[in-house]
Amino acid sequence: MTHDASPEPAYRADSLIAEDIDAYLEQHQNKGLLRFITCGSVDDGKSTLIGRLLYDSKMIFEDQLASLESDSKRVGTQGQELDFALLVDGLAAEREQGITIDVAYRFFATEKRKFIVADTPGHEQYTRNMVTGASTADLAVILVDARKGVLVQTRRHSYLAHLIGIRHLVLAVNKMDLVDYDRDTFEAIVADYRAFAEEIGIEDFTAIPISGFKGDNITAAPSPNTPWYEGPSLVEHLETVEIANAAAQARGFRMPVQWVNRPNLDFRGFSGLIAGGTVKPGDTVRIVPSGKTSTIKSIVTFDGEREEAVAGQSVTLTLADEIDCSRGDVIAAAGDPPQASDQFEATIVWMSDEALKPGRGYWLKLAAQTVTATVQEPKYEINVNAVGSPGEHLAARTLGLNAIGVAELRTERPIVFEPYADSRALGGFILIDKMTNATVGAGMLHFSLRRAQNVHWQPVTIDREDHAGLKNQRPRVLWFTGLSGSGKSTIANAVEQKLNLMNRHTFLLDGDNVRHGLNKDLGFTEADRIENIRRVGEVARLMTDAGLIVLTAFISPFRAERRMVREMMEDGEFIEIFVDTPLDVAEARDVKGLYKKAREGTLKNFTGIDSPYEEPENAEIRVNTVDMSVEEAADYIVSRILPLK
Amino acid sequence: MHLTHLERLEAESIHIMREVAAEASRPVMLYSVGKDSAVMLHLARKAFYPSPPPFPLLHVDTTWKFRDMYALRDRMAETAGMELLVWRNPEALERGINPFDHGPLHTDMWKTQGLKQALDHYGFDAAFGGARRDEEKSRAKERIFSFRTASHGWDPKNQRPELWNLYNAKKAKGESIRVFPLSNWTELDIWQYIMAEGIEIVPLYLAAPRPTVERDGLLLMVDDERFPLEPGEEPVMRSIRFRTLGCYPLTGAVESEAASLSEVVQEMLLTTTSERQGRAIDKDEGGAGMEKKKQEGYF
Repeated sequence: MTHDASPEPAYRADSLIAEDIDAYLEQHQNKGLLRFITCGSVDDGKSTLIGRLLYDSKMIFEDQLASLESDSKRVGTQGQELDFALLVDGLAAEREQGITIDVAYRFFATEKRKFIVADTPGHEQYTRNMVTGASTADLAVILVDARKGVLVQTRRHSYLAHLIGIRHLVLAVNKMDLVDYDRDTFEAIVADYRAFAEEIGIEDFTAIPISGFKGDNITAAPSPNTPWYEGPSLVEHLETVEIANAAAQARGFRMPVQWVNRPNLDFRGFSGLIAGGTVKPGDTVRIVPSGKTSTIKSIVTFDGEREEAVAGQSVTLTLADEIDCSRGDVIAAAGDPPQASDQFEATIVWMSDEALKPGRGYWLKLAAQTVTATVQEPKYEINVNAVGSPGEHLAARTLGLNAIGVAELRTERPIVFEPYADSRALGGFILIDKMTNATVGAGMLHFSLRRAQNVHWQPVTIDREDHAGLKNQRPRVLWFTGLSGSGKSTIANAVEQKLNLMNRHTFLLDGDNVRHGLNKDLGFTEADRIENIRRVGEVARLMTDAGLIVLTAFISPFRAERRMVREMMEDGEFIEIFVDTPLDVAEARDVKGLYKKAREGTLKNFTGIDSPYEEPENAEIRVNTVDMSVEEAADYIVSRILPLK
Repeated sequence: MHLTHLERLEAESIHIMREVAAEASRPVMLYSVGKDSAVMLHLARKAFYPSPPPFPLLHVDTTWKFRDMYALRDRMAETAGMELLVWRNPEALERGINPFDHGPLHTDMWKTQGLKQALDHYGFDAAFGGARRDEEKSRAKERIFSFRTASHGWDPKNQRPELWNLYNAKKAKGESIRVFPLSNWTELDIWQYIMAEGIEIVPLYLAAPRPTVERDGLLLMVDDERFPLEPGEEPVMRSIRFRTLGCYPLTGAVESEAASLSEVVQEMLLTTTSERQGRAIDKDEGGAGMEKKKQEGYF
């Protein structure tokens, strides 16, 4: 026999409302706000759970209840009992199909918080809706049917929630009433989920055994039916989990300017929603991308001037100086401003029936900036539906409806941004079709592919010219590229010896060596290989600032990454050296035995075997190791670089 | 610093209004004089202060609103320093369309058609409305920026995805956007905000003795001499208030003694009937009534 866990709707102190409404209202002026999403498969009882939350917080009124009772009998799926799902399945079409098809927002409140719930569908083709609902959420409730356990959809939803940056996940094991509230069933599901969560990088989640239908562990825990459960009820957890806005306040100050407020010639204010940090009159700020600095004169609101404003508030700022600042600019902490760039790597979610057209111009909107952007052919598509491990990479030339991929994109002019992982407000963007004006995609910026523009460096007295002058040399990056076993490291080593004898100050960055230290956290996926090259490029750049001639030996098989590094450097300082060795020659050498492993299939993604090598088209220097010895090649390279100015 | 739910809702609504002011070429704020409109207008004044809101107010009038509403409407527009446009469907005016003789045609002609006419007449490309997602089931799925075709149609299956706080305000000539800055507010939020901010609302929201008659289960107020009394019908003074305000012959009152805002909230919290229940227009066509009206262009 089971107990009815929730005989009465149970969040509110109705007696306080009745006896002292003013005291009650006073209490409720200071509630926080938490936004969350619920995700689950079609029959996991998601709508029923939300209906239950609304019901328990008395967000359902008598007349709605009356129509619920008659609807439950007519089209309900719970026999003669109340079918809470009917409360939240909104549009007529979907009521008939019995599934939710879009994102709906629901509201309820407890004594401690107001909640906005994005109800997102569990149906396969609606990745788009879930990403939409998740984009504003602090927390995700992942529903699992206790009878079915962790399904492919469960993994997919969890992966998407994680991808969109939701830090708090709740695994709600629902329909516990249908498995007799069995502890072992619950724990087996949790263990199963934990293994998967660790695999995709979810650090933490909270698992709760519930029955949305019966009400167990929804408002109070433990339910008499689950005396073995020691955690919080779902509502208790929702009431206490940290809200993302608090974290945003701890960051550097940023406010994208939405609107310039100019009622008359004497007043010029900049209006916007603070995306990060706090601001006070007297703070020194920098306008990005122009880089100009000023001081906050006042924080103007309808209710008078403020002493302080924080992330999450909409304000109007005035500055002490008359400087240019308009919609799209970002007012930021002077010492810690965001950067501007026009080339990025990003994760893109495609939301249109018409597939992504690489190279076509779309409107990109990020914060208050709207610019034309082109997306390159995706580096890969993320297989969200992979059975077992969502997130595996697929080759892709485009992205179709509901596809998610990683691609480079370029904007027609630099935009102010931050990586999405640091700021949703300055790292999330939408793509708009210029013909139809439809929102066709959404994305999250990873990083800039270019040396950031208008970054504000701490001025140093001894600059790069001084460093180079003291060494009596022009800094260079000698970038050796070629197949594994082509002789890059050997030749680079010989070149460095020769330069050293000529009193040149050099440093050799070798691929294998760098992976033992700086890049030991990186693997060999395409993304990691790109990051490997990016970091090496940054290090090489710093060394040229120090006046050194840097030699690097990396396979670096893709033109795009070599171009990325080239663009990091001062004009003329990047020398691409193509160590041109035919595959059969390199394979015959096979110094490290890697080709053998690749041919046997034990080494995946090996350049030249099952991963392409894109030959340089305009390398400054090309050496042919079939006709030249190591010494000859090194001499040739030295002879070519010495005359360069 | 802890931000309360009202502070966060306020910041979101202001952000939405500023986006529209920055991106639309001719925005307008629909002003119905109800409590939601009052909050929306107050937020607009906050959003653009010290400038007045950079758009006019539009009242789509039916000539059948409560007298108290007309009085407050004119005063509020003046206080806010905003231009007030009043549109009355000329065809409805000519044909003398009224709620007593014409039933659903009254709402269709004055409100649905009247709104379309006004938007077309002035060439507005974005119109703020005070609708909330918690009001009614089909509203729960509507976007904050709700795209309408050149003929004002709404296609619930073809809405633009709305991510983060990024709103796509791009549109072709002739098309328009309805914008709902109060989407995420609930009825309780509205009341709490009215109290916290001291926002003036139509006195009809507070209980007072008023002349009433009972018709078809609705308690109607006899607001002026145009109300046709049936033979033997006699207005009765009752202490009533309204939870929602529309055309007086179509808006049901509730019997109440709640004469202060906090008493109204108290009643609301303890009550068991939903807000729109006092409105006759949602009831036709079963559960899909409002959704159907919206597809036809109703706000």
